Amino acid sequence: MSIGPAWYLGLAAALFALGALGVMVRRNVLVMFMCVELMLNAANLTFVTFSRVLGDIGGQSLVFFVLVVAAAEVVVGLGVVVAIFRRRASTTADDLHGMKG
Amino acid sequence: MSVLFAATVPDIMTFVICAVIVLSGGIGVVMSRNAVHAALSLVLTLFGIAVLFIEQHAYFLAAVQVIVYAGAIVVLFLFVIMFLGVDRMEDVRSEPLKGQRPLALVMIAISLAGVLALSATASWVTGAHHVAGSLSAGHHTDTFLLGKSIFTTYLWAFEATAGLLVVAVVGAVVLARRPSRVHDEDTAPRSPLGRGRGGRAAPGPAGASGPGSDEERAEPGEAADAVSRAEVGR
Repeated sequence: MSIGPAWYLGLAAALFALGALGVMVRRNVLVMFMCVELMLNAANLTFVTFSRVLGDIGGQSLVFFVLVVAAAEVVVGLGVVVAIFRRRASTTADDLHGMKG
Repeated sequence: MSVLFAATVPDIMTFVICAVIVLSGGIGVVMSRNAVHAALSLVLTLFGIAVLFIEQHAYFLAAVQVIVYAGAIVVLFLFVIMFLGVDRMEDVRSEPLKGQRPLALVMIAISLAGVLALSATASWVTGAHHVAGSLSAGHHTDTFLLGKSIFTTYLWAFEATAGLLVVAVVGAVVLARRPSRVHDEDTAPRSPLGRGRGGRAAPGPAGASGPGSDEERAEPGEAADAVSRAEVGR
């Protein structure tokens, strides 16, 4: 029998907090994407934990779909980063002020 | 509250080691100055999560986690980092927005404490067990149950993700494509990477990744535009 769910949920919360902190603090767009991946992984860990606790396969199915959506998000996001870099030669979020009034 | 119910010593050790690996990888992603180091720290975190999946008997998801995340997504990240040549050190200590980091730290600390307090005091009853399908029914493996669940209960969502992936691939191709020449004349982008034919001499990859203001970078591209316009006029 594995460890109780509370420890897993605490770990997932800490990982999600780290990811959110990174998105807020970092200015490199690529690193911000990686921090989004951290948050998605924290959510995945929560899904798997509740799937085990409730004895339900639905949580694992949802993790599967989260993986697919994460892959699609990364593909489109990196495409946007490459397109921006063609115009600006920079991947820093501070330089992307084209829509500032 | 018996949070450590019926856990054997190897289980506890696995969880503690993986938790340390996951959190140190996450800290590495947030704190590292080099984007490549951040990507490698992300691999550390993903492997730790995969081991925690195995610990919770989600074997198929652990394999998919390693293959898709560590094998595809992180490689994609590294490919873009190297392709753009942005793997130089970023000055993490400089802070353009005054007070942004303390504010972010305080807000995250409040949110984390709130979530932990809520989960510590809330009751664990969340409703009926195994609504979408039992995990322990008939001694099937998790792979069998997951496949059955995806191809019966969640078939519509599965087909929708197929459409999503196709749209994402098409969108990535459209976004990352080099703009065509006719379109170039209309919009005249100031791009150091996109058009190497006209003004190759000045900008180059070194100019693109080196320091310098936006206006300085724009000049060679505009010169290239002038050259190409002259060619068209001739």
